[in-house]
Amino acid sequence: MAEQLYQRDVYGETLVKLGLLDKNIVVLDADLSSSTRTNLFAKQFPDRFFNFGVAEQNMMAAAAGLASCGKTVFLSTFAVFAAGRAWDQVRVSISYNNFNVKIVATHAGVTVGPDGASHQALEDIALMRVLPNMNIIVPSDGPQTEDAIMAAADTTGPFYIRLGRSKTPTIENKGEFKFGQAQLLTKGNDVTVIACGMMVTQALIAVKNLAAKGVQARLINMHTIRPIDREIILKCARETKLIVVCEEHNIFGGLASCVDEVVAENFPVKVIRIGVRNRFGQSGDLDELLTEYNLSSLDIEKTVLANISKK
Amino acid sequence: MESKQLTTEELILQARQIRRLIIQMLACAGSGHPGGSLSAADLITALYFNVLRFNPADPQWPDRDRFHMSKGHACPLWYAVLAQSGYFEKEKLFTLRKFGSILQGHPDRKTPGVESASGSLGQGLSIALGMSLAARVDKKDYRVYCLLGDGEVQEGSIWEAAMACAHFSCDNLCAILDFNGCQIDGRCEDIMGIEPLADKWQAFGWHVIQINGHDMQQILAAYAQAKTIKNKPSIIIARTVKGKGVSFMEGVVGFHGRAPTQEEARKALEELA
Repeated sequence: MAEQLYQRDVYGETLVKLGLLDKNIVVLDADLSSSTRTNLFAKQFPDRFFNFGVAEQNMMAAAAGLASCGKTVFLSTFAVFAAGRAWDQVRVSISYNNFNVKIVATHAGVTVGPDGASHQALEDIALMRVLPNMNIIVPSDGPQTEDAIMAAADTTGPFYIRLGRSKTPTIENKGEFKFGQAQLLTKGNDVTVIACGMMVTQALIAVKNLAAKGVQARLINMHTIRPIDREIILKCARETKLIVVCEEHNIFGGLASCVDEVVAENFPVKVIRIGVRNRFGQSGDLDELLTEYNLSSLDIEKTVLANISKK
Repeated sequence: MESKQLTTEELILQARQIRRLIIQMLACAGSGHPGGSLSAADLITALYFNVLRFNPADPQWPDRDRFHMSKGHACPLWYAVLAQSGYFEKEKLFTLRKFGSILQGHPDRKTPGVESASGSLGQGLSIALGMSLAARVDKKDYRVYCLLGDGEVQEGSIWEAAMACAHFSCDNLCAILDFNGCQIDGRCEDIMGIEPLADKWQAFGWHVIQINGHDMQQILAAYAQAKTIKNKPSIIIARTVKGKGVSFMEGVVGFHGRAPTQEEARKALEELA
């Protein structure tokens, strides 16, 4: 059984490490510091932590003000509020200014579970992806969360980092993390499966099951959504001619759209989208929701098999 | 860098010159916002020439006082003051709103002396709050000033920021509210009432200073008073006249967002001679 970690635990611990290394780091939260785990930083560095209360718009623009004075700002709230509630502040005050603000949004996707639709961000990648200057990382597990946070700290400019609520199994042998460069997890030429976030785990299970059925699937962990790794997408398009994209996000505007755009302009091949099909979420436990929204490893497996025969 | 203090008379003359530049820039651009630029001209002239600590030769000087114009549509005023303060050549003013200009239709960091973009109302007080907190983290003694419009306080996010500035006891922060009473669609009281403004800010925990925003002595006294206030932010609620200084623009809602024609500009410059 693989190690299971909360991405947000790793985030909180990484912030503390960063805080020790770099006095310039300031952390903000909006009344969710115990859920996002920024409270770990707050405890250790109270002079560099500010809780804005339930006021995300103010927090977002204040982050811009701090960044204008040279601070590296990490801020957190749930993904629905970070990307949705304060979008205009992100657009004008952070993205347009190209300020050094790292938005680390937790509780993304349907796997938020019982809290239901209002709290399940399925549109956030789309909202952030259209903003010039914005970099986006969706780490696949706990250790990759640390990689993502460190990369954001080391790279000047605005970031949106998307984390889940639930524990994720650690994926072994991913290789080195390089911002903007996807990871090849399994080799194969029958089909390419591209996934991000917690869906990488589902895809990995599907790919193993497919291998047992004689289908060799290439699995790509597309942890960086912007800038998207065009080269690997085109290489996969040329070599496997069929791509299945898996994301815990609306099928509109997220990772699948990134892949669509790259192949459509350069080397059109069939791209099948596994994601939430233009619906809101609902309450439930993780497995129930993955099944209901056709996001499970079984859904991926079935989709690959159905489309591979039509290749 | 401390700039030379101007006398009240010199400030009045400087403000007049800045109003002339605003009219000339807008007439040249053919679009833009004269009303709210003219109403805040005395407030911002006094701020730049007698209050703010800055060095135009080193716009990023870490110890500079910060100014942010939250009501970004009044940027012709900001640009004129920046040019008169030595941030860039005055000729650049006549590129306002033109393709490739460092002087965009709303503030942009391309302009030397502009700390942050604005133009979407309701965000600037939060930005000023962030600057104020940065001074605290860095243990610096610079002050932060932020110009707000009166229509702008209809934005809910202004009150999020107002609450937070008081919560964090930002006594290095001074907001300036250009209370000219007009917004695009009409008088504030008809569109969406904002009064009682002083009571609202007081209730949010601010030190409130109410002045006539066209009286240089009152303006200077207000800035001086704000500097002495401890443990809470200050706001100068300045009663102003939209379009102040040009008779046919004063109190005229239509000049919120319409540039003067060449003929109107000629008449305006005569009045401001």
